[in-house]
Amino acid sequence: MCGIVGIYHKNSDLNRSLGSNLASMLIELSDRGPDSAGVAIYRDSVAESQIKLSLHSSANIDWHGLGNALSAHLDGPVSVEIKASHALLVAPKTEGSVKQWLADYDKNIRTMSAGTSIEIFKEKGLPREFVEQFELTNLSGTHALGHTRMATESAVTTEHSHPFSTGMDLCLVHNGSLSNHNRLRRQLADDGIDFQTDNDSEVAAGYLMWRLREGDTLQTALEQAIEDLDGFYTLAIGTHDGFAVLRDPIACKPAVIAETDDWVAMASEFRAIAHLPGVEHATIWEPEPATVYSWGG
Amino acid sequence: MRFDLKNDALRKLNQYLHENPEKQVAVRNPAGRHNIAVGIDADIDVDIHGHVGYYCAGMNQNSRVTIHGNAGPAVAENIMSGCVRVHGNASQYAGASGHGGTLIIDGDASSRCGISMKGIDIVVAGSVGHMSAFMAQKGHMVICGDAGDFLGDSIYEAIIYVRGKLGELGADCVEKELTPIHREKLASLLMLAGLDHSVEGFRRFGSARDLYHFDIDHAGKY
Repeated sequence: MCGIVGIYHKNSDLNRSLGSNLASMLIELSDRGPDSAGVAIYRDSVAESQIKLSLHSSANIDWHGLGNALSAHLDGPVSVEIKASHALLVAPKTEGSVKQWLADYDKNIRTMSAGTSIEIFKEKGLPREFVEQFELTNLSGTHALGHTRMATESAVTTEHSHPFSTGMDLCLVHNGSLSNHNRLRRQLADDGIDFQTDNDSEVAAGYLMWRLREGDTLQTALEQAIEDLDGFYTLAIGTHDGFAVLRDPIACKPAVIAETDDWVAMASEFRAIAHLPGVEHATIWEPEPATVYSWGG
Repeated sequence: MRFDLKNDALRKLNQYLHENPEKQVAVRNPAGRHNIAVGIDADIDVDIHGHVGYYCAGMNQNSRVTIHGNAGPAVAENIMSGCVRVHGNASQYAGASGHGGTLIIDGDASSRCGISMKGIDIVVAGSVGHMSAFMAQKGHMVICGDAGDFLGDSIYEAIIYVRGKLGELGADCVEKELTPIHREKLASLLMLAGLDHSVEGFRRFGSARDLYHFDIDHAGKY
């Protein structure tokens, strides 16, 4: 069992409340996932010439020192913002691999996300502790995904927590379990998709990245996922400017969507949505099995 | 008696319902919480104003529980008697394993409605999702809208009435004649739910009884 949530703003006046709404949704689903919690927030897009990176390390890292070294390496300004065990870096975009440079700089560093607007934070422990640690209620943004994890198939670590991002601004949260992830991981790795863990959900994120790279739209990539992913899943997916939901054909993992003129929200259970402002005017439905729902991008 | 779950603890409500409650109980601000009004055994009316989470009115006996909103998974699970009515839609497993009583859903029911039902009568004014009435043993299911795929898979002696379109039927579920006895029962269930459909628009489905015992000739159907 896990809990997943997502919120997408149609009205930008609401952007300031994104973090506090996301926090209340996560905390409401604590008993679906007390092992770890995580969010992907889309906000503060950087310039086209820049890249935004969310980094994590379980070891102590001098993040500002790292920023200075990266700045020298790229010959351009690098900003650093520390958030608990994570750091957000904005650096000049480069042809070469910043990810490889970071791994060479310190093997403990994990790149949780890369893109123009995505930020990923995740950590072991209860959602409430996570919300406080990362001061989630202060964050604004356009859309976000969240996950509360009850681990069933791989270790309880920060790296194994959701959301998973395997490509620029793309991320995914998953409730369920995939049964063909080992074979898919091998195939995708042969095609150059980079995985950081043995987690099944990361394979779903990698699969979508691969389909998008091969020229699919998010819609067609998800339609093909219904054919290629074997197992149980309710997925919420975020892109730079889009948000999507997909359930497997058996649809035993729960999901509810609510939509108003101002926002769209999805959650494993209605109680996570019940306290959002304006919910009394929302259209509420349970997404159909094997049907792609998407908004924006 | 009134409860507001914004302030009142859910345990307080359920304990009250188990200990000589008043005839009329109203519950406000359910906010999708689980296990609201479970395990009642009293001749009372409970009105819940809003959407409820998992297992609402589970194991109900004798009482009439009305949900003025949507119901989460497994509403009226294992109901023994009485009546549960959902004015909105119901999620998965509505009426699962129900032994008796009535479940009326004014909207749609999701997948696996009436799974393993054992005597409950379920009336759905809208449609039901896939795998509904799976392994249904006893009781009646009236579907005024459409039925999703695999209706009545591995069904025993429950009786299903469908007014709308059918997906693929489940294993061992077949159409049967709508006899006068069935018309009478169907009419009484429609009347109970306050629906004025003519019984003539319905088709009856039940078990072909080919899968009751393992038979090598039927191996392909399991």
